[in-house]
Amino acid sequence: MQGNTACAEGALAAGCRFFAGYPITPSTEVAEHMAVKLPKTKGVFIQMEDEIASIAAVIGASWTGARAMTATSGPGFSLMMENIGYAAMTETPCVIVNIQRGGPSTGQPTLGAQGDMLQCRFGSHGDYSIIALSPASVQEMFELTVKAFNLSERYRVPTFLMGDEIIGHMRERLTIPDSVEVIGRKKLDPGTMPFKAGGDDIPGFPVFGEGYGVHVTGLTHDERGYPATTNPKAHEKLVMRLVRKVESARKEIADYRVTSPDAEQVFVSYGAPTRTVHQVLHDRPKEEIGHLQLRVVWPFPEFALSEFPEAKSFLVPEMNLGQMAREMERHTDVPVIPIPKLGGELHTPDELVRALEGSR
Amino acid sequence: MSFRDWYRIDRLPTIYCVGCGNGTVINCTLHAVDTLGWKWEETVFVSGIGCSSRAPGYIKTDSLHTTHGRALAFATGIKLARPDLHVVVFTGDGDLAAIGGNHFIHSCRRNVDMTVICMNNWIYGMTGGQGSPTTPRGAITTTTPYGSGEGVFDLSALAVVAGANHVARWTSYHVKELTRAIQTGLETPGFSLIEVLTQCPTAYGRRNKLRDVAETVEYLKDHAILLQKYNRLVQEGKPVPEDMFTVGEFIRRNRPAMGVPP
Ligand SMILES: Cc1ncc(C[n+]2csc(CCOP(=O)(O)OP(=O)(O)O)c2C)c(N)n1
Ligand code: SF4
Repeated sequence: MQGNTACAEGALAAGCRFFAGYPITPSTEVAEHMAVKLPKTKGVFIQMEDEIASIAAVIGASWTGARAMTATSGPGFSLMMENIGYAAMTETPCVIVNIQRGGPSTGQPTLGAQGDMLQCRFGSHGDYSIIALSPASVQEMFELTVKAFNLSERYRVPTFLMGDEIIGHMRERLTIPDSVEVIGRKKLDPGTMPFKAGGDDIPGFPVFGEGYGVHVTGLTHDERGYPATTNPKAHEKLVMRLVRKVESARKEIADYRVTSPDAEQVFVSYGAPTRTVHQVLHDRPKEEIGHLQLRVVWPFPEFALSEFPEAKSFLVPEMNLGQMAREMERHTDVPVIPIPKLGGELHTPDELVRALEGSR
Repeated sequence: MSFRDWYRIDRLPTIYCVGCGNGTVINCTLHAVDTLGWKWEETVFVSGIGCSSRAPGYIKTDSLHTTHGRALAFATGIKLARPDLHVVVFTGDGDLAAIGGNHFIHSCRRNVDMTVICMNNWIYGMTGGQGSPTTPRGAITTTTPYGSGEGVFDLSALAVVAGANHVARWTSYHVKELTRAIQTGLETPGFSLIEVLTQCPTAYGRRNKLRDVAETVEYLKDHAILLQKYNRLVQEGKPVPEDMFTVGEFIRRNRPAMGVPP
């Protein structure tokens, strides 16, 4: 099965009932598969007039309690940014799939890249936090899409599946389990203020149409949900909670794979370059080469770096100019060596070996 | 219930300026939903950004106050996911026709089952009086200090050609007609646009010799010409003064619609 189709299958398995999107290479197959499948399962598929409308419709649907998703790539992702901030501010669960292609601008529509890793974290204005996952195989396209829904529902944050053209268009064997774990959003207790959170910083969700009478706004709001735009305390309290509810749960959210924790040279990868790292490890079974594969990229699990106590260098192959390497540098004294690759082709094993040998 | 019971009392008074027409439009809308016996639990108000778009915050139903221009796209998601809910959108001329213009024509084309009430005050009120797609030629705004030289959108005409099932235009003077038109909109399956010409003394009136609210409402009354009368004049080859605008029901039809409850 193709990666993009596996993503759509993952969404369906996770109970996705609503998809709104706008065609864009190399993500379109996700929408096309949802267009075939959703109407057969009493779900809703709609092609909107652009990506701004797509994410808007997804957020609207989510307020009715539906698990909702959109899929896009570079230019469409840029268009979604304002409403992604709205979803963060209003704590609306939703899944945004980005099958990354080469940018900036229209760039390389048919070739893979990982150039949107910082945009997905910081692309909308203001301070907030999100969750992002990055699949490195067709199986992970399925599994991590399911996981994206569960995390989004649990933490009430927009959650990103940051794929790329290579994995999206790759064909591999996919094993679909009989059932997957589905975590729903916690409902608001009647009588509780709609944006008042308990110890976990996550308020219960007041589903539209169930008599909560909730006012939802992207303006700075108090715990009643009422605008409090000129109240400095209310703003600080709200934004700090939006960030804290994700950042303080970094350990629970984290998902990574560790290979050879005693190694001195450690590759750190996510998404497609993971494949090349696997190849290098496979080709050099006698050498001790470490590998950290991040399946959750944001919130960045800095503690994962300490899984390699002997590390003398972290080698970071990315299909961008070192976006996650830059984040890693903040968290470790071990030298971080970016291995950037632009142009749409995956790193070759040789390129990684050269970087490995150069770092010794 | 009376229309008053629909208000979110603890949020009153509104942020609106003295003499603003928006309150009248909210009253008429709540009268209409109340007359139809709708339940507040089953009704959702949606809006974008602007003075007009603050309206849902004063109503006790579930409400989604969204981003500038995008209300119809959010509302489409709500309505398609839960067709059994009533969806009503408040918007302004800038919100609906400038930044939201694309969503506007496509929502009409899809004929999504919702009622959209546009408070057309010819100006960007919230941001202090910049020109909008409905600012009359020659009008003074902060971004057209020498008089607007741009053409003007006829929002109702646009909705008709774009495919809406029901379109009507009234003014803040015509409260009875407006309330009835909104009611018809709420009852009509498919997309309904109710355009309300309404006064903004603060951002528009002040700069355009319509400072006095009573005079402005009088102006709206005097310059409104019933669609039927307009058509008769045209048929008879008689002149219609340039500064008159038509009011009434422009279309009521039954084209296939989306999001209609089963
Ligand atoms: C993307 C974006 N651009 C600009 C603004 C600033 N803004 C807020 S309200 C508004 C205009 C509102 O005018 P209108 O829709 O006519 O509503 P009114 O205030 O007159 O009721 C603008 C430009 C914004 N909030 N978001
Ligand atoms: S600025 Fe104009 S539209 Fe806004 S509240 Fe004041 S009078 Fe009403």
